[in-house]
Parts: sequence; C-alpha cells; structure tokens
Amino acid sequence: MPAPTQAGVDESTLVAQSREGNTSAFAELVRRYEGKIFRLAQHVTQNREDAEDVLQETFMKAYEHLDQFQGNSKFYTWIVRIAVNQALMKLRRKKTGKTVSLDETIDTGEDTVVREIAAWDENPEQRFSREELGEILDSAIQGLEPPYRSVFVLRDIEELSTEETADALGLSIPAVKSRLLRARLQLREKLTRQFKRKGEDAFAYL
Amino acid sequence: MLTCKEFLNELSEYLDESIDAELRAKLEKHITECPNCWVIFDTTRRTIQIYKGMNPYPIPADVESRLMNALEKKMAAKGR
Ligand SMILES: [Zn+2]
Repeated sequence: MPAPTQAGVDESTLVAQSREGNTSAFAELVRRYEGKIFRLAQHVTQNREDAEDVLQETFMKAYEHLDQFQGNSKFYTWIVRIAVNQALMKLRRKKTGKTVSLDETIDTGEDTVVREIAAWDENPEQRFSREELGEILDSAIQGLEPPYRSVFVLRDIEELSTEETADALGLSIPAVKSRLLRARLQLREKLTRQFKRKGEDAFAYL
Repeated sequence: MLTCKEFLNELSEYLDESIDAELRAKLEKHITECPNCWVIFDTTRRTIQIYKGMNPYPIPADVESRLMNALEKKMAAKGR
C-alpha cells in the first residue's frame, strides 16, 4: 500500500476519492480509524481473535459497500455501525442458548447499583501506572453485561450521540438512556473500590 | 424536594447536560442538600471522564499488517 501522503486530507474528500477507486485514499481512512475500531471490537467481543476478525470484516465490508454510504452521516459513525453488527454477530454465534440479545428487556427498577458511597481521592489515577490503570478500566468494562457494555462503549468511549448509539444497536432512545445510566453506575461502583479515599473503607463491608 | 431515587434516575441526563433548566435547578438543589447523592454525582462524573480520556492502544503491528494485506487483496480483486 502506498505511503501515507494524505494525512491532512479531510474525510469527505477521502471518501469521494475511495469511491473512484483510489486505494491509497481508502488506506488513509483505514489508518485513521483502525485503532478505534479494534478497541471497540475488543470491548464488545472480549476476545482478541474475534476482535481482529471484526476489524477485518468491518473494513472489507466498508470497502465493498462504499457506494451505499450516504454522505449525511459521518464515515466513522457508518463504520462503527458495521463493526458493532459484526461484533454482536460473533457474540450471538458463540453463546447460542445464552441470552445476549440486545432486545431483551432489562429491569430498570431495582438494579441501580449504589452500594458503595465513598468519596474518591483527588487524583486516584496517579496511584497507578498507565498499564495498571488501563487494566482496572478494562476489567471494569468486562464485568458489565453485554447490553450495558455496548451502550457504554459507544456513548462514553467512542463518544457517539444517543441517537447514533440507538441506531447502531437497533435500540430505542429510552433504552439507550436507561442502559447508559445503569452502565455508568455499575462502573462507578467498580472504580470506587479502587479509587476511594483511604480511610473510607467502612462502607465496603456493609 | 426530589427523592434520591428520582435524582439517580436523572443523573445520566444531568451529566450529559440534556435536561431543561427547571429540572436542572431541582437536581442542583438536591446535591447541595444530600451528601450521598453529591458523592455519587461526583464519582460518576469522574468515571466518565476517566474513560473518555483513555486513548486507544496503538494497534499491534501484526494485526495491522494482516488487515492491510487482506484489504490489498480485496482491492485488487475489485479490479480498478
Ligand atoms: Zn440524595
């Protein structure tokens, strides 16, 4: 593939050039988003091999269906939707029998998890190395149920809007909102165990 | 005065600043008067901030080269 010479070119130009068969323009689009798509795929599938498959399938499909991409959404949003579909398909195939359907209704009543109410240190991140912090954050996400996890990853990590997230996951807007709330509260709970101010441990054993 | 449960139900939208001024005022009043909800508000806000600040790890070189190889084949096959 040609050397990256198009680093400064804007996205819609690259998309237009790719459509006309300019492979180096498409390669530049891939380079811009491969890291984010790979991360998203890892978060949703929780498996490196599956994530690599999802990464490849996403850009293959994007290339194949480039003529179907409407300029009215962002290219990134469009490939995120493809990636999410591929990742969810992998999850479903793996866990036949187990419920991983995103359509399942989740009781939004009682599981607003607030067990630990402890203030955090000023900068709790500084207690940990970059690697340790990354592990804490990743394993907290891994502990979420898939329906919550996908919503959190799209909204708060990939920073899609509520509408874009609903669209990508085939959910209603109220469903996205309620799952996001649950996901955020559950992660808060998990991180509190690591980040709470020393001396506020009493709550942990209630 | 809002109950804590009502406050929690609106927390996400409060953090996303996607609520009207009247409800916002009620929520703000609640956290000035309820230390528990203030802590939950503060630590949830920081949870989101920490995740947003997380950069993707650089994609492993072997993963990228397999991706680019697969794409090159695909592009060649499309024959343009
Ligand atoms: Zn309260």
